[in-house]
Amino acid sequence: MTAVAGWNEEVAREIVTRLVALDGAMLPILHALQDEFGYVDPAAVPVIAAALNISRAEAHGTISFYHDFRAAPAGRRVVKICRAEACQANGCEGLLDEVRARAGLSPDVPGDDRLTIETVYCLGNCALGPSALVDGELVGRLDADRLIGLCANGSVEDAQVAAGETK
Amino acid sequence: MSVRIFIPKDAAALSVGAESVARRIAEEAMSRGSAVEIVRTGSRGILWLEPLVEVETSIGRCAYGPVAPRDVAGLFDAGFLTGGAHALAHGAVETMDWMIRQNRVTFARVGAIDPVSLDDFRAHGGLAGLERAIAMRGADIVDSLQASGLRGRGGAGFPTWIKWRTALEASADQKYIVCNADEGDSGTFADRMLMEGDPFLLIEGMAIAGLAVGATRGFIYIRSEYPHAFRTMSDAIGVAEKAGVLGGSVLGSGRAFRLEARLGAGAYICGEETSLLESLEGKRGVVRAKPPIPALQGLFGKPTVINNVLSLAAVPSILADSAQAYAEYGVARSRGTLPFQIGGNVKRGGLVELAFGATLRELIEGFGGGTRSGRPIRAVQVGGPLGAYLPANQLDTPLDYEAFAAIGAMLGHGGIVVFDDSVDMAKQARFAFEFCAKESCGKCTPCRIGAVRGVETLDRIVAGVEREKNFAVLDDLNKVMTDASLCAMGGLTPMPVMSALRHFPEDFRRPPQRQAAE
Repeated sequence: MTAVAGWNEEVAREIVTRLVALDGAMLPILHALQDEFGYVDPAAVPVIAAALNISRAEAHGTISFYHDFRAAPAGRRVVKICRAEACQANGCEGLLDEVRARAGLSPDVPGDDRLTIETVYCLGNCALGPSALVDGELVGRLDADRLIGLCANGSVEDAQVAAGETK
Repeated sequence: MSVRIFIPKDAAALSVGAESVARRIAEEAMSRGSAVEIVRTGSRGILWLEPLVEVETSIGRCAYGPVAPRDVAGLFDAGFLTGGAHALAHGAVETMDWMIRQNRVTFARVGAIDPVSLDDFRAHGGLAGLERAIAMRGADIVDSLQASGLRGRGGAGFPTWIKWRTALEASADQKYIVCNADEGDSGTFADRMLMEGDPFLLIEGMAIAGLAVGATRGFIYIRSEYPHAFRTMSDAIGVAEKAGVLGGSVLGSGRAFRLEARLGAGAYICGEETSLLESLEGKRGVVRAKPPIPALQGLFGKPTVINNVLSLAAVPSILADSAQAYAEYGVARSRGTLPFQIGGNVKRGGLVELAFGATLRELIEGFGGGTRSGRPIRAVQVGGPLGAYLPANQLDTPLDYEAFAAIGAMLGHGGIVVFDDSVDMAKQARFAFEFCAKESCGKCTPCRIGAVRGVETLDRIVAGVEREKNFAVLDDLNKVMTDASLCAMGGLTPMPVMSALRHFPEDFRRPPQRQAAE
């Protein structure tokens, strides 16, 4: 993933101004802010509230409702690992246990500027699980080696090819 | 003349290396001086054979899969450009057993065409339904829908035509069509595959809905876990606008219909229709009490038809080929076809579109080939995280809405997740509550509090603490959640729990395990 720019209120205002005329502009604005900065800085709350003519509490409440929006920057590599039923049936919990034991990596704990691992529920790859979305690219048929490699910034494409070679 | 090679760019195919395979084939063709044209398509849904490469030959499109980059040179050596024999060859894709046993209506084009080529779409029968709709009165379109028997494919199975008629008869200065593409149920991926493989079909269905009820604007709410579908859908909307399929005058009819794709933000509850509308409006995705129903007061308080991707995508063929033709598929009050999705621990997972009435066994054993692990099937969850867990002795249940309701289960969105005998059903039941606790919108008490209490109660049961008393608490909790929750999230969470308890009681009565010393 490309490095995200630091918080910049001027850029944030430009984004909000560009999108505010949309009907139901809130989610498009929040996605655009997160795409730009890698997170939605709490400093964006008053900017959004003023532009949409809502209270700061309403703006904050909306942001915090959705799992997607982060309040702090993510790592350069973002691994969203599926832990829903179809991936459970293919052993995703055992896989995570193994990765935890071997590499000390767990989802949903604060990472560093290199790595963020998040739980998601279903990536729509239920016939080829366990799956993860790595920097926006889908990887199927994960095993512990490949997941650890991906967490260490390994090549997504290599992991996809290796998944395809898993019979 | 160059040989046409079809390689999916469906996210599932990409997840097992389709991009590298496409590049490797292009390089190999270049180095051998072979003239090829690579067309990127959706997936046929034969997911266990992905990446599945098809080559256009005189005997049809010959399929090879699963192809890895290291196989490519060998495929060229074997003459795959002319359909040559190879260990990965499956013959013409249209004659493969997996394909000929299906009733591909909604998914007829998925995997066959370039998803964002409007010419391809038209050449394969696209827009015929919309053209017919333009010449019809709104009420007649709704009548066709009624005659087809189409019921909501999102899971609830509510007759689609009733929503449409209600919105048609409402008078307002603005009406909306909203497509629910927040396909959050685990084990389902049909909406994703359709949006990535045949986005114009959904656009056509929504435009028909707009003409039918007098709505000039539409939104497709796509979950953020589907970035590929969002991109393909957005590209297709752009193409459709340029070509005049969407815009101020749909196909020159003088009637407007404009469409926007919007991205969700990781909230499962936003698949519930009123919560989705709140989210589209830019608010917390909190469920609304009904009435008022969305068909009368929906998006921004205006009359709104809100349907699932598969419901809207079924509409064009109903108009193009007649409602009767669609209704001939299926059984009893479940008419037409449902794209089933087979996933989890299964040997041959993928998408199988069938008329209602086949059995679960035909899908899981006939198509799926049993478990991937090779162990016996113990449980099958049908209909997503709110669907029942069924034991192996219920596999002969016919796949129709009423037959499933009769055994305390539901078809939902057609997702089927297979588990082998290593599954711990007490864990699965606990997960159902845990998921509800995490994803509840928090508006109603039975769901918000009940899910948390459910996790605690199951933990006590598993730990062997006052088991009989806690079974009574669990039973009570399930009744309250079922009867008193505002929407299906809280109302149906007891379904996986109670079905696990009913069919697999031994998993809840094991001797308690001592906590392992740290």
